[in-house]
Amino acid sequence: MKQLPAEYYQLLEQLQAVDFVLVELNLYLDTHNGDEEAIKQFNHYVSERKKLRKAYESRYGPLMHFGHSYSGTPWNWDDAPWPWQV
Amino acid sequence: MWVYEKKLQYPVRVSTCNPMLAKFLIEQYGGADGELSAALRYLNQRYTIPDKVIGLLTDIGTEEFAHLEMIATMVFKLTKDATPEQMKAAGLGAHYANHDNALYYENAGGVPWTATYIQAKGDPIADLYEDIAAEEKARATYQWIINMSDDTDLNDSLRFLREREIIHSQRFREAVEILKDEQGKKRIF
Repeated sequence: MKQLPAEYYQLLEQLQAVDFVLVELNLYLDTHNGDEEAIKQFNHYVSERKKLRKAYESRYGPLMHFGHSYSGTPWNWDDAPWPWQV
Repeated sequence: MWVYEKKLQYPVRVSTCNPMLAKFLIEQYGGADGELSAALRYLNQRYTIPDKVIGLLTDIGTEEFAHLEMIATMVFKLTKDATPEQMKAAGLGAHYANHDNALYYENAGGVPWTATYIQAKGDPIADLYEDIAAEEKARATYQWIINMSDDTDLNDSLRFLREREIIHSQRFREAVEILKDEQGKKRIF
């Protein structure tokens, strides 16, 4: 397995941190759908996530399959490492 | 449909090869109150639950699959370098005989997962109360495993999962209140 730079782990953690905020706000809004401040925060982090995802994928390849991410050439969706290998 | 994202919800690091800890953790993989039970329970109940809580069951059910992947990663990392002798010494001899070092949906005692662990009653309050109880039982299981583990890296991930059980329980409690309010409104007319 190829050695991953420290920067890989930093970027991954940044993405995980923003995704945590999004999951948390998502579940909260499922039972508090009138909270406009929370919706504003949610949408703010959606755009933050887009930036981080782009930075991650440009360096380490597609995060998602089935057309939710662009592929490199050659096809790199199925390249290791998988999440349990890092 | 579902789509896969090639990352864990939260980092999983383990300090050392530790098949005995893996044996305990399998409880949260294929046990009655584990993550597989949770995901399948919520994603199955959602078809007949009132519209107001379908989104919550869908989202929590989906998050449970991310937790299942975290548990799988822990078990994999704790056992990948274990020799047959180490597996045997950790109480995983029977597991090794049947599965080598592969993962399997079973509980800490080696009993395979069964659909009898989960219910769908069709009664929204009964279903949500089961879901609240399931989250509390899973939270307790995480605590018991943390109490037995001296792997500080792993315990960080286990504490994250324990906290998620608390959040899910709280959201399900709010869903119960939402449905009670709805029922109350209907009675007025």
